[in-house]
Amino acid sequence: MDAKDILGLPKNSFPSSADKKPRPPKESQRKPDGISREVYALTGRMPPLMPSIDASQLKKKHPPHEKITWQWLPFTNSARKDDLHLYHWVRVVNGVPPTGDYSFAKYNKSVDIIKYTDEEYEKHLTDPMWTKEETNELFDLCGRFDLRFVVIADRFPSSRTVEELKDRYYSVSQAILIARAASSGDVATHPLIKEPYNVSQEMERKRALSMVLSQTRQQERKDEEVLVEAKRIAELRMASKVTEQPQLVVASNADAEVTERAVPGETISPSNVQPPSMVVPSATDNASTLASLRMLRVYLRTYALDQMVQASNSSAGLRTIKRVEQTLQDLGVNLKPRVPTKAVCAEHLELRREILTWLNLQKQVQYKEAEGSSFRDGSYGETPGTPKDRTFIPDSMNFGVSSERVGKKDQKRKAHGGPPTSAHKRPRKQKASDL
Amino acid sequence: MTNSSSSKKHGQDQSELSGPTSKSQRTKMGKSEDNDKKNSGKKLKDVEISVPIVYGNMAFWLGKKASEYQSHKWTVYVRGASNEDLGVIIKRVVFQLHSSFNNPTRVVDAPPFELSEAGWGEFEIAITLHFHSDVCDKPLNLYHHLKLYPEDENSSMSTKKPVVVEFYDEVVFPDPSEAFLARVQNHPAVNFPRLPAGHTLPPPIPVEDANRRRKGDTKDNPLSQWFLSFSEADELLQLAAARQQVDACVLPYHPVPLPHFPLPLN
Repeated sequence: MDAKDILGLPKNSFPSSADKKPRPPKESQRKPDGISREVYALTGRMPPLMPSIDASQLKKKHPPHEKITWQWLPFTNSARKDDLHLYHWVRVVNGVPPTGDYSFAKYNKSVDIIKYTDEEYEKHLTDPMWTKEETNELFDLCGRFDLRFVVIADRFPSSRTVEELKDRYYSVSQAILIARAASSGDVATHPLIKEPYNVSQEMERKRALSMVLSQTRQQERKDEEVLVEAKRIAELRMASKVTEQPQLVVASNADAEVTERAVPGETISPSNVQPPSMVVPSATDNASTLASLRMLRVYLRTYALDQMVQASNSSAGLRTIKRVEQTLQDLGVNLKPRVPTKAVCAEHLELRREILTWLNLQKQVQYKEAEGSSFRDGSYGETPGTPKDRTFIPDSMNFGVSSERVGKKDQKRKAHGGPPTSAHKRPRKQKASDL
Repeated sequence: MTNSSSSKKHGQDQSELSGPTSKSQRTKMGKSEDNDKKNSGKKLKDVEISVPIVYGNMAFWLGKKASEYQSHKWTVYVRGASNEDLGVIIKRVVFQLHSSFNNPTRVVDAPPFELSEAGWGEFEIAITLHFHSDVCDKPLNLYHHLKLYPEDENSSMSTKKPVVVEFYDEVVFPDPSEAFLARVQNHPAVNFPRLPAGHTLPPPIPVEDANRRRKGDTKDNPLSQWFLSFSEADELLQLAAARQQVDACVLPYHPVPLPHFPLPLN
């Protein structure tokens, strides 16, 4: 309202004197408490979706009757071994300085390294690979660096790998623990005993990890491709098992059986796909989807439609699917029917299939036109041997009816050039011979 | 397969349901096996029962009485598409609400299958339909996103006119049992299939008095004035028009209309 005032625009674009009067008083009546009118208008004149938290609850409030000063005082740190005195600012409450140790002293933690005596060494810990000096050195470093073996390995005088150092440290600690324990049962629950260090396993693990990490992008892609291929083959096997069992609900063309064997090949290499056989892969998918739906004891119609749509989309690429959906929208059809009855779903599915076929036909023509006029010369002599013509056979049975139209269209189609003309020439031959 | 005596109960697989009945026929009447197999063969093909339902919610803004935590009063429900009683198919409906509600699992044991609550937030409600034992022993899940606020942000909220969001769907039973078929033969809530010729069903069990049955339907429901209507005619027209257009576009490539899959007549 105020913005329109500023811009000098008329207040109501739909003038109706009846509305004008009740509206302004109604709006101002609804002014909420607690927040200003303008702020409320920002939220679209609706209460906020989330209950608000009172901001004053968030601040830390100090008790007002205490007197607080800050003083520069000395302090000591119990974590230090020397007797260093330093100074820092201290918050003094009512003249009483805070008591207790330096607040960071408690963080001075370190690992408890087992210390062995010389006798214990002679008795339990001798090892052909390690001298006493080395072992002592190792333990000293462990104590200094809190078992950070990477650092220890770096500082170790003779060159030993991290795994070797770890192995020596853990086996020594284990031996000492067992030796010192009254009975073996006492220490059985100690983590060092329960889960001993396994050198060979560690080395293998690290090697495998570095292999995975150092895989180049090429190798990753290859691995992925192999996996996808394997998955596809497995799924095909599953699909072909399912279609064997129930009766196939297929468009009763002899065509279906002929090209069915070609279907596994089709789906793996979806390059040159011809129109009628385009229909058939969806028929086989259709059958397997219907079968799996029947296995469910109850399902929703929308779920069934969704499955059938996915089945018919499985033979098309993503771009084609998007084009089908765009076409549906352009035709003014809901992508998901608003009233999904059996009839509506069937019609919807049919429509999708027809659009798919149409798009494929378009693509075909584009390819063929792009290939140029050399095809046009060869088309007249084309024999029934090509697979494309074979698949046209059942359809051409219907051509007998509309042969006149074929004749007329033929003239037009010469301009397009290529296989479409040859295909439609065949029906005339057919008609003479077999009817 | 030991249910030969209780043919009314569901068998282990739907496909085996014909087993118990034909077995009992064989022992009792000594019919030939071939005849029974033909019968069971006929029953399995293309006989499905579908129940058209509408599910969704209605939300009323509480206006002046609205508080921060309860700004709307809403009802989520499942009803028959023509407002018929779903109690003949559905035994109970479980609505799973947001965990911030007390006892978020709400069970409605009798029709009308609706649940009313008050709140401020929109969330997904899981609706589980449990069917009678002779209908189906597996429950079915639906999901509905509760809608309280109007789509158009600028439209003002009114306490008198609710926000309504409904979806039409059909519950399909692809392999109904004889008992189920018999029980719902003439019920208006169900889309009954055309049975193969010569197939007779036992007469339905006499229904309880009409008064008790009527209560389950939603025709007189106080909310029924806001129910949306779903007509398949409009959608069919739309689809037929679209198909004609596509056929016309395909014509230059294909002199004859595309091969159509035979549509089921049922």
